[in-house]
Amino acid sequence: MLTLSSLTAGYGPVTALEDVSLTAREGEITAVLGANGAGKTTLLRTVSGLHRASSGTIDLGGTRLESVAAEKMPRLGLAHVPEGRGVITELTVEENLRLGGLGRGGRVSAADLTRIYDLFPVLGDRSAALASTLSGGERQMLVIGRALMARPTMLLLDEPSLGLAPRIVAQIFGLVRTLVREEGLSVLLVEQNARSALSVADHGVVLNLGRVVADAPADELAGDDQLRHAYLGF
Amino acid sequence: MQQFLNTALSGLTLGMVYAAFALALVLIWRSTRIVNFAQAPMAMLTTFVALVVIDAGHSYWLGFVAALVSGLVLGAVLERVVIRPVEGKAEINAVILTLGLFIVLHGLAAVVFGNRYRSFPAPFGLEGLTVGSTTIALNGFGIFTIVSVLVVMGLLVALFRFTDVGLRMRASAFNSEVARLLGVKVGAMLTLGWALASLVGSLAGLLIAGGSLVHPSYMDSVVVFGFVAAVLGGLDSPLGAVVGGLILGLSLSFVSGYVGSQLVALAALVILMLVLTLKPGGLFAQAAERRV
Repeated sequence: MLTLSSLTAGYGPVTALEDVSLTAREGEITAVLGANGAGKTTLLRTVSGLHRASSGTIDLGGTRLESVAAEKMPRLGLAHVPEGRGVITELTVEENLRLGGLGRGGRVSAADLTRIYDLFPVLGDRSAALASTLSGGERQMLVIGRALMARPTMLLLDEPSLGLAPRIVAQIFGLVRTLVREEGLSVLLVEQNARSALSVADHGVVLNLGRVVADAPADELAGDDQLRHAYLGF
Repeated sequence: MQQFLNTALSGLTLGMVYAAFALALVLIWRSTRIVNFAQAPMAMLTTFVALVVIDAGHSYWLGFVAALVSGLVLGAVLERVVIRPVEGKAEINAVILTLGLFIVLHGLAAVVFGNRYRSFPAPFGLEGLTVGSTTIALNGFGIFTIVSVLVVMGLLVALFRFTDVGLRMRASAFNSEVARLLGVKVGAMLTLGWALASLVGSLAGLLIAGGSLVHPSYMDSVVVFGFVAAVLGGLDSPLGAVVGGLILGLSLSFVSGYVGSQLVALAALVILMLVLTLKPGGLFAQAAERRV
């Protein structure tokens, strides 16, 4: 379980997150929604240690994270899939995956790779190809697969639907749902695409200008017309 | 024909040294976007370490190893102490620091080892080998030069391609933020990169010094040739550095043999200008886009 309490963070004089508290429960998908600039990406970057909070606490299953370095997160069970599909294009598909596995510490076994290739057969077919040759959807599968190589308990997903065809988005969200159901993974999902995100999430939190304006079960948020029109744009 | 062959052979030997030096520059450039102007005096210092060991009565080989190990340590220490504090700032800061290091290391060597020429031994004969009845311009030390550079390059390729550390180093160089998210200690990888670059630079220093004279500034012209070779290869590509070094070594050898040795430095600059004009990305520029 990931709990943020009164988290405040910013860039110089600009405040990006103000007094944000939310919980991503175990075995659930928690969606963080909001318009561009609402603070969603800053939220994930602060949780994973790429950005420092100016105040507040972050707790992952009893471990305080707010002053832990980003490179230590994989060993604590936290995996962050960054926005813009951060594949390392100069490495092959398999090298990207191996890199993910190394984050846990210790060696990467063939079984680890096979597990990911079973989840994403297209990656198995292209394992020796440079990641730069993959399509947008394949890249998204690769970064999720790479994060799973470290066997995380909490997965942070930043805008996985960005720039992808609706069919691919549905496929990726379906797969995330399966992982949550079958492996007990917990997911904190940041999305601008609120309609798709709420259709897959258990719980939703709406951010506006760095503040939490709604925090409720996903179906409740999807049914709140006023909120949808004001903040979610559908 | 014989002159052609001999010019080519000495160009090949020289080219291998330039290749090693260019590789040292490329290793640092591609992970940090810094041209390490201090590479030459770093290599010079470690060659003096070898000279101290050899002058103390130990074998050439102990001196050789001492120089390589001190190169490794020197690279790591300089990265940690001098370069690390300006990491994340504009790259020009670090480049100016390497220029400062250039001057400081020079002065240091002059104070400690004396500002004079000293002869440096070679482990193999410097007599040209004889093929049939003719003597060719390839001697035992030349063969050692070629072989040792090839061995070091082979080891580096193996490290980068086939080991976990090499994978982490490449990931840090290509995308440091993503590498951090995947648990790579990017800082440690940068230190290791500097250490390895400095080791390769030390090797180039030893090979230039062998059977010749050393002086606090004996490597300074090599930094120019090494830089031209690295630019020729595209600065980003280790393979490009090697090919660039060989092309430059051969070209300069032919200029020296057929036109005149006074024109070597000029020829290097002409090659640099031609590359920057005709193919600014270098011969081996990566086609893949780099995110800004």
